Amino acid sequence: MWIINFLLSSIGRKIIMSLTGLFLCLFLVIHLLGNLQLLVDDGGEAFNSYAYIMTHNPLIKFISIANYFFIGLHAVVGILLYFVNRNAKGSSYAVKTKDNASIASKNMALLGSLILAFLFIHMGDFWLKMKMAKWYPDADWLPLAQSEALGHEVIDLYVRVTTAFDNIWLVLAYLIGQLILSFHLWHGFASAFQTLGLRHKKYTPLISGLGKAFAILIPLGFAIIPIFHYLNILF
Amino acid sequence: MKLNLKIWRQKGPDSTGGFETYMVEADEHMSFLEMLDVLNEQLIHEKKEPVAFEHDCREGICGTCNMVIDGRPHGPQQGTTTCQLHMRAYKDGDTITIEPIRAKSFPIIKDLAVDRSSFDRIIQAGGYISVNTGQAPDANAIPIEKDQSSRAFDAATCIGCGACVAACPNGSAMLFTAAKISHLALLPQGKVEHTKRTSKMVAQMDKEGFGMCSNVEACEVECPKEISTDNIARMNRSFLGSIFGSEG
Amino acid sequence: MSLESNVPKGALAEKWTNYRSKMNLVAPNNKRRIEVIVVGTGLAGASAAATLGELGYKVKCFTFHDSPRRAHSIAAQGGINAAKNYQNDGDSIYRLFYDTIKGGDYRSREANTHRLAEISLEIIDQAVAQGVPLAREYGGLLANRSFGGVQVSRTFYARGQTGQQLLLGAYQALSRQISNGSVVMHNRHEMLDLVKVDGKARGIITRNLLTGKLERHAAHCVVLATGGYGNVFYLSTNAMMSNVSAAWRSVKKGALMANPCYTQIHPTCIPVSGEYQSKLTLMSESLRNDGRVWVPKNMEDVMAIREGKLKPTDIKEEDRDYYLERRYPAFGNLVPRDVASRAAKIATDEGKGVNKTGLAVFLDFEAAIQRYGNSEAISKGIANPSKDMIRKMGKEVVKQKYGNLFQMYEKITGDNPYETPMKIYPAVHYTMGGVWVDYNLQTNVPGLFALGEANFSDHGANRLGASALMQGLADGYFVIPYTIGQFLADEIRTPMIDNNSEEFVEAEKAVAERIDQILSIKGDQSVESFHRRLGKIMWEYCGMSRNAEGLNKGIQMIKDLRAEFYRDVFVPGREDDFNPELEKALRVADFLEMGEIMMADALNRNESAGGHFRSEYQSEEGEAQRNDADYAYVAAWSWDEGGNHQLHKEDLVFENVELKTRSYK
Repeated sequence: MWIINFLLSSIGRKIIMSLTGLFLCLFLVIHLLGNLQLLVDDGGEAFNSYAYIMTHNPLIKFISIANYFFIGLHAVVGILLYFVNRNAKGSSYAVKTKDNASIASKNMALLGSLILAFLFIHMGDFWLKMKMAKWYPDADWLPLAQSEALGHEVIDLYVRVTTAFDNIWLVLAYLIGQLILSFHLWHGFASAFQTLGLRHKKYTPLISGLGKAFAILIPLGFAIIPIFHYLNILF
Repeated sequence: MKLNLKIWRQKGPDSTGGFETYMVEADEHMSFLEMLDVLNEQLIHEKKEPVAFEHDCREGICGTCNMVIDGRPHGPQQGTTTCQLHMRAYKDGDTITIEPIRAKSFPIIKDLAVDRSSFDRIIQAGGYISVNTGQAPDANAIPIEKDQSSRAFDAATCIGCGACVAACPNGSAMLFTAAKISHLALLPQGKVEHTKRTSKMVAQMDKEGFGMCSNVEACEVECPKEISTDNIARMNRSFLGSIFGSEG
Repeated sequence: MSLESNVPKGALAEKWTNYRSKMNLVAPNNKRRIEVIVVGTGLAGASAAATLGELGYKVKCFTFHDSPRRAHSIAAQGGINAAKNYQNDGDSIYRLFYDTIKGGDYRSREANTHRLAEISLEIIDQAVAQGVPLAREYGGLLANRSFGGVQVSRTFYARGQTGQQLLLGAYQALSRQISNGSVVMHNRHEMLDLVKVDGKARGIITRNLLTGKLERHAAHCVVLATGGYGNVFYLSTNAMMSNVSAAWRSVKKGALMANPCYTQIHPTCIPVSGEYQSKLTLMSESLRNDGRVWVPKNMEDVMAIREGKLKPTDIKEEDRDYYLERRYPAFGNLVPRDVASRAAKIATDEGKGVNKTGLAVFLDFEAAIQRYGNSEAISKGIANPSKDMIRKMGKEVVKQKYGNLFQMYEKITGDNPYETPMKIYPAVHYTMGGVWVDYNLQTNVPGLFALGEANFSDHGANRLGASALMQGLADGYFVIPYTIGQFLADEIRTPMIDNNSEEFVEAEKAVAERIDQILSIKGDQSVESFHRRLGKIMWEYCGMSRNAEGLNKGIQMIKDLRAEFYRDVFVPGREDDFNPELEKALRVADFLEMGEIMMADALNRNESAGGHFRSEYQSEEGEAQRNDADYAYVAAWSWDEGGNHQLHKEDLVFENVELKTRSYK
């Protein structure tokens, strides 16, 4: 069938990477906007309420399932393409050159895999523990807090986050994770548009500028949170 | 100048190859291939088998020469084929590593020579305008805007050397394929078959086992004719068009 | 042997049209059963194979390259002529015909040349329809420029890559026929012999260059489109693999080599830089539109330039000798190639050569840069432009016109031609001579055809710039598809040719023996060294200027060299392997015979005509002197296995043009 043929073709597979990648970029923005509430000095009120809504609103639940699906698709197709491409290349050259492309562009699969690994750590730290609250309502590592906005008790994820970032190693892991993400986006953002064929003398400079800004600002935004909390504890 | 050459030697398609080291005395006015000629004369003189490498016009247009020099197709100079690379780019005592193009779809024949017939098959899949001899209207019947024609020309300058595939970490032939699709798509004569051409050529490219473009764009840097990856974007666009815009 | 040109009767301008309408045809159902072999995939071969495929013949096409797209037609830079008269400057079919006849120094066949001029119109139409991106004006219509030996602008071009673009057009047409099965393509197959059955050309023996396997290919007829023999000279603008073997093997099987002494020395090439030099690079003739050729007037300046004490730009205007403009005011720098080359030789013979070897003259763009700079300033409305500004704008215009040529020059020489004049010198470029063919492009061997540079037909003793592409495509697209029917119409009852017949087996055996012989010599000298020595002999005694004494000496030297080759050549490797040295050895072996016949022809032709200049036959001013009474004929040579050659003449009949001394003054 045409759609299968399309999705199996080289360009079709690239387009899967491109579209899922762009969706994930959008997710990063939303995720960052939510997380920035961790910087609000209200004892976690805003963030905890936000976290509750994000896990209980059916529409958002649906979007988050789509999000997991796209992360999975992006990762699986990406890894698949890596092996297909490596096979197409055969062996590599004895002399490796750095002169003809950026490091990021040549290492997207590696960067992507590291991001995936980071995601597992990240999910294990916060998401998994929050989910487990259902099964261990009495666990002391999941305290509850009163949400003023919602008028009932919610899980105090804020405390969970702030205490986690007491650990300098975890903070460092997050910073490295963001650095890797930055590299991945450095190439990935503009690349996604190129794959879709959205390239034009007039707007391509804008896209690549935007891509670079995105690759710096978004990971930086995420990185501020652990730094902020770690410093908060120190001083 | 004295040079150390590390050259990939491989007897045939199925044998395992390896590097051999040679010393050669070169002159700065020599072309890179003339330097290899000197080496081969030396080897023949010693009754050894010369290094097999492909070359023909030696003026940068036929696309026959194709070796990878210190990890870069056609060597370090931008916009230059191996035959146009001159030894003044090197200095006395340099070590130069010379390898064949590495790509599954370009199997090694011997030493530095590879088989690039997969490129021909991509063109045969649709890289033409279907017009029989004698069917043409007057050449000036259809005016073509100068800049448009010039853009088509930029894509048409491809010499089919395979440097794009050689440079690509994925062994992708998308720059080659896209250049031909763009050349024809940008001309009114080529528009008629454009959609079918794109899907047929892309399908053949996939069938040949070339890798997938991940927009590394090393191809554009290494292309001796400096063909732009704009063309790949155009191909992607028309491929989407060929899927969603056609009824077939 | 009497040579029948088979030129149709009737008025010159109507011959082709009338002939075409009355020609024998092969019906479509019969075409399907007729096989045609096409050897070579340059402009002539690719266009012929594609067109014959379109017509329905079963075509087998051969190239020794890894792909049909690599043929040396690809390297043609400047352009392709056509009498379209789009510029409204007085061009016409007759004028193109006349310029070509005159440019060829009245040594070509009138009817062939006129047909070429007629067909030139259709070629441009065909190329544009195939997507060849020929240069255009702002209004979207096709642009033209001028070439040597002509006073109109009729050259269509695609930057400095016209050959490449036209070849890709033909290659694409060929690819289309390959994809639909009407042409079977054999890449990396070199023709090593022609097979004749009952006196007709019925097939070829090829060597698969990857495996070394010899193969027998049969067909109803064989079309050679295998290019010229310029590489006899070792150093030429031809590609490294360009060779005469297919044509020469056919001559050894009974075809004739016509006018082999007519070799074109192109005036604007990059000079030789050293002993290791493997080939010469052409700088397109189109550069002479804007470049001015000169040498210093005074020997002191010449010496100072050679020693690097003076730069060319230091020489004052009045101390420069713009010798082409001085000697040929009417055509100036745009005289035909043979004239420009000889003038360069005269200048360097006087010791005025401007590089270390004394074999170079200047090609200067400063005047053009100034001229264009000034006109840009006017068009941009700049009132008092500074000198720098004028140069800058002028350089920009020159860059647009010749950018890729300038870049190529700089890559090869390391000099920047925007700032210092180019150094150029003549080099072997094209061979007007070739396999003898009649009006149908059929050789004297029935069923054997020759197209493009491989035949001798259209350019006489000198080819005008931008005419080679025209001829290759005319032969392939528009002549052979018709004229081949004259032969094949009688072959419709001939069954498929059997490649197991005695003739094929014998021919294959002979080729195998020849390969064994060359491999078993196991001497001490490389093939390359023999080729280089042959080239030196040819250039010395049969180059830009020849004389009887030198030619006699040269012939003996070639004979000796040939004997030495068969005694002392060393060819490494095996026959059943990818072995470029063996390929080269077989080609050089044929060049060693071809060189001799060229000299024999040059010795026989006691006149100077076009690319053939005999120093004994020149006017007081050093211009070529023809002898129309005794030499207005095509000299076609046979060569038997014993190396005996014999001359056969085809008299040239001029019914429409009056034979005159060429003058470009």
